Amino acid sequence: MSFPWAEQYKPTNPFMRWMDDRLPLPRLVYNAVGKGYPVPRNLNYFWNFGVLAGLFLVIQIVTGIVLAMHYAANSSIAFASVEHIMRDVNSGWLMRYVHANGASFFFIVVYIHIFRGLYYGSYKPPREMVWLLGLVIFLLMMATAFMGYVLPWGQMSYWGAQVITGLFEAIPLVGTTIKEWLLGGFAPDNAALNRFFSLHYLLPFVIAGVIILHIWALHLPGSSNPTGVDVKGPQDTVPFHPYYTAKDGFGVGVILILFAIMVFFLPNYLGHADNYIEANPLSTPAHIVPEWYFWPFYAILRAFTVDFILPAKLWGVVAMFGSILLLFFLPWLDKSPVRSGKYRPQFKIWFWVLVVDVLILGWCGGAPAEEPYVMISQLASMYYFAHFLIILPIISRTERPRPMPNSITEAVLGTDESAAQPAAAS
Amino acid sequence: MATVDTNDQAPGTEPEEDGVRRRDFLNIAAVSVAGVGGAVVLLPLINQMSPSADVLALSSIDVDLSAIEAGQAIKTTWRKQPLFVRHLTADEIAEADAVSLSELRDPQTLAERTAEGHKEWLITLAVCTHLGCIPLGAAQGENRGEYGGYFCPCHGSHYDTAARIRKGPAPTNLVVPEYEFTSDTTVTIG
Ligand code: HEM
Ligand code: FES
Repeated sequence: MSFPWAEQYKPTNPFMRWMDDRLPLPRLVYNAVGKGYPVPRNLNYFWNFGVLAGLFLVIQIVTGIVLAMHYAANSSIAFASVEHIMRDVNSGWLMRYVHANGASFFFIVVYIHIFRGLYYGSYKPPREMVWLLGLVIFLLMMATAFMGYVLPWGQMSYWGAQVITGLFEAIPLVGTTIKEWLLGGFAPDNAALNRFFSLHYLLPFVIAGVIILHIWALHLPGSSNPTGVDVKGPQDTVPFHPYYTAKDGFGVGVILILFAIMVFFLPNYLGHADNYIEANPLSTPAHIVPEWYFWPFYAILRAFTVDFILPAKLWGVVAMFGSILLLFFLPWLDKSPVRSGKYRPQFKIWFWVLVVDVLILGWCGGAPAEEPYVMISQLASMYYFAHFLIILPIISRTERPRPMPNSITEAVLGTDESAAQPAAAS
Repeated sequence: MATVDTNDQAPGTEPEEDGVRRRDFLNIAAVSVAGVGGAVVLLPLINQMSPSADVLALSSIDVDLSAIEAGQAIKTTWRKQPLFVRHLTADEIAEADAVSLSELRDPQTLAERTAEGHKEWLITLAVCTHLGCIPLGAAQGENRGEYGGYFCPCHGSHYDTAARIRKGPAPTNLVVPEYEFTSDTTVTIG
């Protein structure tokens, strides 16, 4: 589906015409990311991050397949095989650093992409399904990254696996059985390492499949835009190609520069030195922390320290999973008909409070489990839940939105007809 | 199309007296067989992930206690899991016995957590019941937490001298495995 004024695919080359009748793949591309897909003319750079997330998925798959050619998923040699990749395999160090930092960049761009959606109300009708599928991708990414981090079989790998599978033990009655089933043993060992590798290889392709659904669902209504106002006519859109291929291309260039700086100059900045020590089931590192992208959730997990009807541990686990599951209900928690935060004076303030709150949670999640961090995480976790369950439902009813432009074109060029002249459009 | 009349129905599609057609029965039977078959195939697919025979076979170990002085503890492994064997001092035993059960999150006496006649030998899994880290406190000079037993650095769980949970997120005491004293100085675990 697309807007009625979308450019039609009319191949002139006889081979392309022959192809179009037999396998209309070029037509699909034309209508999805080519001239045939009209997009609001006013998208800002925050709309680059979906494409950037796709870029990092491709980078992870390519470097991952290369790593899998040299890696051995056996607990007695896994650590050595990663060192072999680093020291002996031609360009192996590059592949591994790109893969390890690629995971971090993947999460950076996806977090910005998610907060873009939160600010501009992209989760609201008619794009609820796009939002829900996005959350499914996010969950799959977290599972993939967690299992990938176990593969080098260093100390953080091992103890991370122990702690995360330990979460399932919080489930009443069947918890221990589930944990042993997941690990194929009483503690992480060869069986666990092998299945994690198998699933770590599989899940990125599942992610690719869900991304196709995500984009399919998006292309029915088309992209939203910074004003949140619906597209009303051809004057509000420009074709994806060349306008947004160029804008996205620029974003790709910028992020790749930043990425290269990390890979070549700070390749271990986001990692943990402990993971260069081989896994030792008899010694826990003094300070176990997951990778930075899990810190906010880890802080929520650790925020529960007292039993209240249920054991503290179960509360922590429920809250941690709940903090993500909650987002699945967001389209029905925020009922304000105004999409964009730009026209919602109160929402805008609370949005920035949420951003700071999540950053604080992240900072506490990376810190040791001591005061004051525990207390700060408790307060910040409370705010997180209150934001979605109390504040958003209330302000979506009470807040008085600011006046909105009548159309995207008006927002870009102003109401004055003469302002529509290129020279005046400053 | 538009002119289908009842006489044109395929054989078996006309309703019986009770309103059930033969085809309904066949549909339900076929789908049920496929469903049950699918479920049966799922079982081995799920079960293959459970601990395998070689993992389960690592059942029991013998530990020699003669070299462990009062106040000392050792760490060993059992079923790929770390294990604490601790020789309690008289003070530590007294401290553990002085606690009233109502103060405890997971009420158990030291006597219940040790073998009869061997109250000074505290044998537990060295796996924090919170999320599975190894608590500190076995080796000399390690942090034993606020209650003088073990301290888990991961999320701050404090265990007392009977390895009972006293403070922090862990829900239960350190697990006491099944064991038996085969002589005064050897114990068989598992
Ligand atoms: C969603 C995309 C992916 C993410 C987020 C991801 C994440 C990770 C992470 C965080 C690590 C640990 C890096 C380290 O510290 O060494 C890792 C390792 C690994 N990954 Fe991936 N990965 C992805 C896709 C793939 C794919 C598609 C493959 C294989 C086809 C793969 C193969 C491997 C291998 C063999 C390792 C172990 C070697 C190493 O530690 O560098 N990955 N992955
Ligand atoms: S694992 Fe010991 S306190 Fe969390």
